[in-house]
Amino acid sequence: MKVGLFVPCYIDQFYPSVAIATLQLLEKFGCEVVFPLGQTCCGQPMANSGFANLATGCDNNFVKNFVGVDFIVSPSGSCVLHVKEHLKHPDKEKAQFIREHIYELTEFLIDVLQVETLPATFPHKVGLHVSCHGQRGLNLSSMSELVAPEFSKPEKLLSMVAGLELTKPKRVDECCGFGGTFCVFEEAVSVKMGKDRIIEHEANEIEYITGADTSCLMHLEGILKRKGSMVQTIHIAEILNSDLVPFKAERS
Amino acid sequence: MSDLDQNHINTMTKKAVAHAAAAEAFIGDEERTDWHDETLWFVRHKRDLAVNQLPEWEQLREQASRIKDHTLSNLDKYLMEFEKNALTNGVQVHWAVDAQAHNDIILDLIKKNGVDRVVKSKSMLTEECHLNPFLLKQGVEVVDTDLGERIVQFRDEPPSHIVLPAIHLKKQDVSETFHQHLGTEKGNNDPQYLTEAARQHLRNKFVESQLAITGVNFAVAETGGFVVCTNEGNADMGAHAAAVHIACMGIEKIIPKAEHLGVFLRLLARSATGQPVTTYSSHFHRPRAGQQMHIVIVDNGRTRQLGRPDFRNSLKCIRCAACFNTCPVYRRSGGHSYHTAVAGPIGAILNPNLDMKANADLPFASTLCGSCTNVCPVKIDIHQQLWKWRQVLAEEGFVDPSKKIGMKGMAFVLAHPDLYRFAGKMGRWVMRAVPGLVNNKLNLWFKQRDMPAAPKQSFRDWYLDKNKHSLKK
Repeated sequence: MKVGLFVPCYIDQFYPSVAIATLQLLEKFGCEVVFPLGQTCCGQPMANSGFANLATGCDNNFVKNFVGVDFIVSPSGSCVLHVKEHLKHPDKEKAQFIREHIYELTEFLIDVLQVETLPATFPHKVGLHVSCHGQRGLNLSSMSELVAPEFSKPEKLLSMVAGLELTKPKRVDECCGFGGTFCVFEEAVSVKMGKDRIIEHEANEIEYITGADTSCLMHLEGILKRKGSMVQTIHIAEILNSDLVPFKAERS
Repeated sequence: MSDLDQNHINTMTKKAVAHAAAAEAFIGDEERTDWHDETLWFVRHKRDLAVNQLPEWEQLREQASRIKDHTLSNLDKYLMEFEKNALTNGVQVHWAVDAQAHNDIILDLIKKNGVDRVVKSKSMLTEECHLNPFLLKQGVEVVDTDLGERIVQFRDEPPSHIVLPAIHLKKQDVSETFHQHLGTEKGNNDPQYLTEAARQHLRNKFVESQLAITGVNFAVAETGGFVVCTNEGNADMGAHAAAVHIACMGIEKIIPKAEHLGVFLRLLARSATGQPVTTYSSHFHRPRAGQQMHIVIVDNGRTRQLGRPDFRNSLKCIRCAACFNTCPVYRRSGGHSYHTAVAGPIGAILNPNLDMKANADLPFASTLCGSCTNVCPVKIDIHQQLWKWRQVLAEEGFVDPSKKIGMKGMAFVLAHPDLYRFAGKMGRWVMRAVPGLVNNKLNLWFKQRDMPAAPKQSFRDWYLDKNKHSLKK
């Protein structure tokens, strides 16, 4: 199985440890992982700002890089959703193949690799942040608004990690307020939303906030650092990979 | 005209502040913001409890959505059927192409009947048409009889929520307002005392009034009747006491059959407040002996919206405000920050249709989290439409040119891998070497958040480093 690793631009630049953990995790489960070297960004920042027509360059570059793999996997629900919903290309067949074969990491582990056990250990109290695009867009977990059976792919994976104590905030799936360019154009609301999420997590006396989307975690991390909190953010890939390789995130 | 009337007109017509700035001002009072957020979250929670009582909830939503889709595709047919049946019932039917026509029809009926005192129950359509300031200008006293609406009317404010018009106010605010306008005891914040004062005040208004205006929640094509839902019974009090009843409805309020009420009435109250049904769901069919009953059917841009394939299904809305209560942005920015009659997520997709330029900020007042779409009882894809409106607004030139330039620059860099890598490397170097260039007032991220640490190696650098032998071959 040939998996193309898609590392969103801001993860490439600011959170290499998340991408490293993702790569190692996929290799651990026997995937042949390739990292196409010319990749950049999915184009979401432009599209969500109203300029989807400016994302053509990104779309073309994406297709050029990821054509020829069986699956594309990425540690970011939001970027994956964007590609699934909006990737366009003159070669419609190629674009369709990519849209149908791109997976967020936790859904790939659960749905494609059908992971049942993990050799990971993470002896910490962890709060789960449910990211909206992964949840409501990719259906990674049930949603509090709907009358439907409960499930969660990220939680299922975290339950396989030895020593990990998982907690949830009172409002289990409220948005953190990152929202792409919303985080600067609606700065006041964005930060207020993030602060409120953090207060609920802190009430559970956690050491880490985790989630499947680095963008939400980056936003929460910025607020946590500013207030001098002891709580850290960590991407779910880093937890799931925690015992496989003794790699410590460079930023910590 | 009194100062109060002039103030009211000024409030309704003054130039709006863009959402982000108004929201920032709202959040300036963090304690009140928390209270607003928690109060509305409580309503969302009540809604969750209520809908989980119905195992068939999702099927009900689907059914409602399909009835509305069908109706919107046959709107002309059902509106004509409704008119025919209403006329047969002895109701007079008026058609208004826009807000001005709507207001003129009502003024005309008021004048013809020689009326100068009017009571009005909640109707977001009349808010949309700015009926109150229009009538005030003509010297007609309109009293809003919904308690929340009366409170904001006293204060010369528009409603901040379509179901809970005064939800931005605390009981202390109401006490002060009633003290000023109704002469209640200063500082008495007892809700029962205040409601009783409002009740006595409104009783007199009901008795005095000669004409009652109501909204319409559902108009039934096959019967020519319509349903008005209130929790206070104020629509009934008005309509039953007055010699003339005018009901105002947008063209999208139509449903084909009376049996469809069994779907919509179950969805409406549960979605709105978590009640199994609204306290009063009043069915009006024909005027009582000696009474006049009028229905004003209003377009005001709705057919234009119907003609936009991406946005037509926003007309399915039944005005329950579930999307307001669940919206994390609305809860923390307040209804007035949306500067339109209908605020919240649904307002953000309806209002650009009415005025793209004036409301270009609204589709951006969202993180696109999608919670609105999930609570919508008629399954409007609200967050998808927010995204699509952004595209339309950018295309039509209603997005700040500086934002466009920034996006163009970003798009260029991200379309060129070498340039992207160079920019990334330089950016990270600057963040490490000259942090002051990034960590300053010009950076809105930095205002209340630290920047992420800038690692020396990008993932790609690490990957090349690790695989330098194998990749070289």
